[in-house]
Amino acid sequence: MTTATEVLNGSIPPAKLDYASDQEVRWCPGCGDYSILKQVETILKEQGKPKEEIVFISGIGCSSRFPYYLDTYGMHSIHGRAPAIVSGLRAVRPQLSVWMITGDGDSLSIGGNHLIHLLRRNVDVNVLLFNNEIYGLTKGQYSPTSPEGAVTKSTPMGSVDHPFNPLALCKGADATFIARAMDRDPKQLREVLVKADAHRGTSLIEIYQNCNVFNDGAFEVFTEKATKPFHTLFVEHGKPLVFANGTKGIKLDGMTPVIVDLAAGEASLEDLWIHDERDSFKASILVRLFDDQGHEGAMPRPFGVFYITERSTVESRINAQVEQSKQKRGVGDLDALLRGERTWTIG
Amino acid sequence: METPTRTKTVEERRNVVILFAGDSGDGIQLTGAQFTDTNALFGNDVSTFPNFPAEIRAPIGTMAGVSGYQLHFGSVELFTAGDQCDVLVVMNAAALRANISKLKLGGTVIANSDGFDARNLRLAGYIDQQDPLTDGTLTNYTVHAVDVTKMTRNALEGMTLGMKEKDRCKNMFVLGFVNWMFSRSLANSEKFLEGKFGRKPELLEANKKALLAGYNYGDTSETFTTRFEVKPAPMPKGNYRSITGNQGTALGLIAGAQKAGLDMFYGSYPITPASDILHELAKHKNFGVKTFQAEDEIAAICSAIGASYGGALGVTASSGPGIALKGEAMGLAFMLEIPLVIVNVQRGGPSTGLPTKTEQADLFQAVHGRNGEAPIPVLAASSPTDCFEMAFEAVRIAVEHMTPVILLTDGYIANGAEPWRFPEAKDLKPITPPFAKPKVAGDMEKFLPYLRDENGVRPWAIPGMAGLQHRIGGIEKEDGTGNISYEPLNHEKMVRLRADKVRKVVEGVPPLDLSNGVDSGDLLILGWGSTYGAIKTAVNEMCAEGHCVGHLHLRYLFPFRKELGEIISRYKRVLIPEMNSGQMRQLIRAEFLVDARGLNKIQGMPFTAAEIKVAATEFLKQ
Repeated sequence: MTTATEVLNGSIPPAKLDYASDQEVRWCPGCGDYSILKQVETILKEQGKPKEEIVFISGIGCSSRFPYYLDTYGMHSIHGRAPAIVSGLRAVRPQLSVWMITGDGDSLSIGGNHLIHLLRRNVDVNVLLFNNEIYGLTKGQYSPTSPEGAVTKSTPMGSVDHPFNPLALCKGADATFIARAMDRDPKQLREVLVKADAHRGTSLIEIYQNCNVFNDGAFEVFTEKATKPFHTLFVEHGKPLVFANGTKGIKLDGMTPVIVDLAAGEASLEDLWIHDERDSFKASILVRLFDDQGHEGAMPRPFGVFYITERSTVESRINAQVEQSKQKRGVGDLDALLRGERTWTIG
Repeated sequence: METPTRTKTVEERRNVVILFAGDSGDGIQLTGAQFTDTNALFGNDVSTFPNFPAEIRAPIGTMAGVSGYQLHFGSVELFTAGDQCDVLVVMNAAALRANISKLKLGGTVIANSDGFDARNLRLAGYIDQQDPLTDGTLTNYTVHAVDVTKMTRNALEGMTLGMKEKDRCKNMFVLGFVNWMFSRSLANSEKFLEGKFGRKPELLEANKKALLAGYNYGDTSETFTTRFEVKPAPMPKGNYRSITGNQGTALGLIAGAQKAGLDMFYGSYPITPASDILHELAKHKNFGVKTFQAEDEIAAICSAIGASYGGALGVTASSGPGIALKGEAMGLAFMLEIPLVIVNVQRGGPSTGLPTKTEQADLFQAVHGRNGEAPIPVLAASSPTDCFEMAFEAVRIAVEHMTPVILLTDGYIANGAEPWRFPEAKDLKPITPPFAKPKVAGDMEKFLPYLRDENGVRPWAIPGMAGLQHRIGGIEKEDGTGNISYEPLNHEKMVRLRADKVRKVVEGVPPLDLSNGVDSGDLLILGWGSTYGAIKTAVNEMCAEGHCVGHLHLRYLFPFRKELGEIISRYKRVLIPEMNSGQMRQLIRAEFLVDARGLNKIQGMPFTAAEIKVAATEFLKQ
């Protein structure tokens, strides 16, 4: 009889590495998803990982069509449940490279429970959370990240819900890798993707993604040339928090971040908050830089890798227990199991 | 340890039903299970019915808190835990009041007199100082009032244990006493205690002392002049052990995974009465079993789907409310066409219903409970040992036919125990997963994940197999390629292909065979699931009385085997006893256009054989 392991050992590597599948990509023209697909494809190609060892698992929503467009293994599952499917897959196949594609509705609304448990367990997966602050596939209802007052098809008088701050939520769930990127900054997105893939554990990247049909321009202030420098803050490990083309910085006044005017000499670079991606407390403050950019004196929105820490993955713990049990009690003997502890014989 | 014996009369009995009842904190379940074990090891046939409240520690002394454990043991083959009991052991007044109706006239009550003080009597609902032990209401029975509390404390005098801990040994006193009463040695119970309290020598000593004190009390007290003896049963030759249904299910799943050469992944969320499957599986990680206590029922099944996708055997189990939550994911597994076993240990519903009681009301849920047309094979186990067989079958079908499979058991057989003539591993059927053929160098042909074999089964390509990358999902897919397709005719074709595949599953299972009775005649009693023992007993008795009755018990509930219609047509009448309002009856009527009659009991309690016999006899007169 052939076992699963034998089947896998018998497989041979393919000759060329082309990660695009033969399927026509069916997102709306101009959708931010195209850029994200392109960046993922690019880094996969650069890394040259065998296609058969890569798996993309998605839930439901526009973003979740993603797996169909890559020539890797893939599953387009059901709404919100990708984290659970990933957890089972990783438990039995800890060697694969697993990616999870999800959206703000998929992972923060219907699948919110699964996401926080994925993070606390620290399943080794790269989670790409496409956040467009709207329900696209169902044609334009507000999402759990839509701002209060958002006027959408389901909220003609404005949304009455307070939105999630996704990264603060993830930090609260003890995520071991937290980052933010955007579709319109491909270079930064690729850098973050590479770092996420290198991290062992759940790497969560929130990607601001423009839905040009139902929520066009939601992130304009972060992506447009004229406003980007003043509203974004690109954090780099070991570097001070500087924005507005180097004219402004952020320093920590106790636990409170404060904007200082470097150009006016209010502070020097040495006074600024130096980003330390290993500092859990600072990361907890960083994720809270979530001001409405319309407000006077709003803190810029951070992008980049906020936080990385090492913690064992749940699949390694699951498999370690299996190994430990095998070592302690020997590889399971089915006859001994069927017999149990106490038997009697008749005849 | 040597157990003293004195000369007392010994009466032989063919079979005995004993019911232990007390507060849910009295250790009733343990006492019952231990005595079951002892009798099974001795060679009796046994059948048990543990019956307990949903509350862990319901208010002490109340009717709501009564926990019961009914054991039927005999020198003859037994199929049920017994309709009524011969001996009723009660730890308090509430236990007596809740169970006295189950005692045969002339039966024996063993009552812990300490549990009949004014407070206990009041809590049990006996008014105006009425005491059933003394007021003459029990004249139809033999009543022995024994101050178990006092005698247990006396036996443990001098030990440094607190009073609470001493009182916890009361159940061992009772166990010791019934061991004496039925002429059993204490060796098995002592061995059990050594295993349980091996690391707590003081508790071990106390429990052993209480056990022996109970035995000696029976032996020395002049109240008890008669002991009973139940000789070993003429069971088929072989090696036996005792097993509960949930254990049987767990072992069947492991055995199936082993025979298929697969690691097993069990995703589950705790729920009564299914949790014991998780507990059992978690003990056997050295078989490559990975247990995952998920955040909810949906994650439980979805993680199992992920594991199956990864090339392992994904399994999930729950009870009705949890199964309801898994519905959408079952549809996904059905669309993906990957192996998955879903066990439903049914309990009383709807909603939270009766968590610790039994019912068969999730049949429709199993057969129809998904959106779209998503037929899934449904199997049902008929007894604790059959849980092993059917769990193994569920694995075989899931793997070989690349389909989710639902296995129905219920609270009665899940918690009940019986002797099991366990098989040897080599005698279990091999299971062959339909793995996709690995690509060889130079093979440029496109892999088709939905290309079917003669049984309609698609190949299982596991991530990691080079050249076989493919994408699957819940969206309708094109025949062969598995690519997304909204094409109208393709959808109809796929719906039919998937249904055909499931239909073919039952073509490969054994033909239907009568359980007992005559193979044509006046009445067919058609059953499924845990009603097996009661129907079998009733039919045996009716046949002995000259009635032309047959008993057919279905283990493959959906799809039906096609000869079922022909078998039904051989009888003038069809009676379908079910612990629901007639779900199987509706399915049978719809499929075979036959005027089947229902016998429906929806009380959270299993049928007694007498209930079935009375209804069947009545039906025959019409």
